[in-house]
Amino acid sequence: MLSYFLRRLILVLPVAFGVSVICFLLVQIAPGDPLTAIMPIDATAEEQAAMRAAYGLDKPLPIQYAIWVGNLMQGDMGKSIATGRPVADEVFGAVQNSLLLAVSAAVIAFPIGIFLGFLAGYFRDTLLDRAVTAVSITGVSVPNYWLGIVLVIIFSVNLGWLPSMGAGPGGSQSWSWDWLHIRHLILPAVTLAVVPIGIVARTVRALAGDILTQDFVQALYAKGMSRGDVLRHVARNAAATALSVMGLQLGYLLGGSILIETVFNWPGSGFLLSNAIFQRDLPLLQGTILILALFFVAMNLIVDVAQAAIDPRIKRT
Amino acid sequence: MLRLKAGIAALAVAATMASAAMAQGTLRIGMTAADIPLTTGQTDQGGEGMRFMGYTVYDSLIEWDLTSADKPSVLIPGLATEWSVDEEDKTKWTFTLREGVTFHDGAPFTAADVVWNLDKILDESSEQYDPRQSAQGKSRIPAVASYEAIDDYTLEITTKEPDATLPYQMTWILMSSKANWEAMDKDWEKVAGSPSGTGPWKLETFVPRERAELVPFADYWDDSRVPQLDKMVLIPLPEPNARSAALLSGQVDWIEAPAPDTIPAMEGNGFVISSNAYPHNWTWHLSRLEGSPWNDIRVRKAANLAIDREGMAPLLGGLMVPAKGFLPPSSQWFGNPSFDISYDLDAAKALMEEAGYGPDNHLQVKALISPSGSGQMLPLPMNEYVQQSLAEIWIDVEFSVVEWNQMINLWRAGAADPSVDGAMSVNFTYFLQDPFTGLIRHLDCNLIAPNGTNWGHYCDDEMQALFSEIKNTFDPEAQDAVMRKTHEKYVDDALFLMVTHDVAPRAMAPKVKGFVQAQNWYQNFSSITIEE
Repeated sequence: MLSYFLRRLILVLPVAFGVSVICFLLVQIAPGDPLTAIMPIDATAEEQAAMRAAYGLDKPLPIQYAIWVGNLMQGDMGKSIATGRPVADEVFGAVQNSLLLAVSAAVIAFPIGIFLGFLAGYFRDTLLDRAVTAVSITGVSVPNYWLGIVLVIIFSVNLGWLPSMGAGPGGSQSWSWDWLHIRHLILPAVTLAVVPIGIVARTVRALAGDILTQDFVQALYAKGMSRGDVLRHVARNAAATALSVMGLQLGYLLGGSILIETVFNWPGSGFLLSNAIFQRDLPLLQGTILILALFFVAMNLIVDVAQAAIDPRIKRT
Repeated sequence: MLRLKAGIAALAVAATMASAAMAQGTLRIGMTAADIPLTTGQTDQGGEGMRFMGYTVYDSLIEWDLTSADKPSVLIPGLATEWSVDEEDKTKWTFTLREGVTFHDGAPFTAADVVWNLDKILDESSEQYDPRQSAQGKSRIPAVASYEAIDDYTLEITTKEPDATLPYQMTWILMSSKANWEAMDKDWEKVAGSPSGTGPWKLETFVPRERAELVPFADYWDDSRVPQLDKMVLIPLPEPNARSAALLSGQVDWIEAPAPDTIPAMEGNGFVISSNAYPHNWTWHLSRLEGSPWNDIRVRKAANLAIDREGMAPLLGGLMVPAKGFLPPSSQWFGNPSFDISYDLDAAKALMEEAGYGPDNHLQVKALISPSGSGQMLPLPMNEYVQQSLAEIWIDVEFSVVEWNQMINLWRAGAADPSVDGAMSVNFTYFLQDPFTGLIRHLDCNLIAPNGTNWGHYCDDEMQALFSEIKNTFDPEAQDAVMRKTHEKYVDDALFLMVTHDVAPRAMAPKVKGFVQAQNWYQNFSSITIEE
């Protein structure tokens, strides 16, 4: 198990290097000028050139990349051009907020998705199965930012039950576990949970349905095993694949919630990323993409190792 | 003893009642900015930064009169009580500074502070030089060559050449406290969290990207502008729908730039929409390079006559002022142009036919537009409306759509740059607050892109002479007359496709009282109260 883990860990290194190159180059390809965020738009060419030199943007790309990676190795992600604040502070604060939102959405989505999927798989081709399938497809198909706006209109604007923006009262972004803050989490977390509910339910339905038709299940029943014990075996067999889907979903939830965070003014990495894109804030953009990509790589590693722990057959392949 | 207790109780009740009468509540504002504007003095985030973090916490030597909604804003004394140019040497200006002014940290304001602040943005060798503030302020005072404190309350500024627009330039420069900077270990990062200006508001709390809380500065030098509110909270809310929802659900009391389609719902729910004309325009800046069809005045006039601007109003929820010129009709510099910009399709067609175009000979033009952008209103539908209007007079418009940040680059590059790919116009909105930003910078021969922001490469001797006259007319009233003459030429020569003006809409809860929306990019928040 340890050697499998180390093998997988070594494979992460070239991926991380590739990620760093891609995220550095990607933001360079986009047209636009990072200095627009910090200078009046009618600043003279001379003033722009001086500022470009001050930020090192006049150097050749390979040199800029080498400097960036060199600083990264020392834990320095640079400073945001737009705000002058350390990128690390900006990104890690935002990632914490996104993680909070993503985990909350996962806590809502995964149990519901697993329950619905298992139900549909067990009662395959019944009205219940079709109802769950309809719910799943709806969940996956409905644009979640639209759903977010609808929920805001109903629960914030019309009923006034829940706040529509921020991670705390008065635009606060610092989190604490009290009702004043938790009520800010409800609408975005529920909105964000809708897609993974659909995906997890569809996956678990397919897995459960498939496993229930296999010979070993019939054999277990034939041996006189109770329905509960048989279902435990089915769940164990389905767990590895379901876990991999849920791990990926958690990655998507963290990095793929730009629209939701924008709708709810939730101060997470997606919101930070969209601001960085509009402002062409290169250091912030590179730092945010890098951290999100590395998180995704880490999630994959954790899922792979967890799958191997659950299902020994994976280690042998 | 009992009597004493009763007396104390009565005093306590009286004190409570008095403070309740004086307490004017908290105003929570949803800004369009994604972050709190730079707090150290010179702000970023454009007009919104100056509006909320510039003229609130800080003062400039010369300020805008923001007290009236009914007339254009004019310059008024700020930290300088008077200013004048030397009769013999028109490059020498003397500013008499206001006495008895203190910074929020208690330090007195003197001429040495002005020199220190100018060094902060102009002198890279100075200890207090701040690149971030310099980036915002340096380009605003191009006329300044040198400056000197003559005594505590007299400042002398020397300009590179005679330039009567210096007073307008000085409105941009905000005064931070040197004493506070020293108390903060001469570190601007630390100053950002606890800045000190001389303005009517003090920054009490500042959390990046989250909120800024301003409280009144009780010792402000202008009694009439001491804020009546207990507190003003600034909250970044860049997404228009999130801003609207925050207002409708009572999380903020005021939002900037509500989305036009949300305004009926807001008004229906009792919210107040405040708007007013201000120095802004929405234009097509035309290429005047050799071979550009816009070089023909008949085509330019025809295009200006082909647009039914009133018909565009529903698209914007009525929140616009139809253009009658480059400047808004209410501007003190509008003048009396002879070319009447109106909707006259027959006249437009006649001009196009005179220029050699017609149903069988269409004019093809390429236009640069952006899908969004600061001050751009609703650029896509508005440009499509213009496109359809011009099609009626045989002008076929092909759009080149670029993202706003790139649009700024193309605008800086100018019409002759290969990157604009042959586009003959750029749809750009302009800040028209003063003679330079309003008229000079767009058409000055010396500012042809990339040396400046004359995108279209226009250069005209008569216009250049007018610009020179503006800079050399030191009597404000006489200068206004030259500005009017200049604007008349803008209109009579149809130098731009002049479409509309924004009206700076903002929505507020009915409990917000006392706000007077000045015809300006900046506003006075001191008169506002909250009626609970």
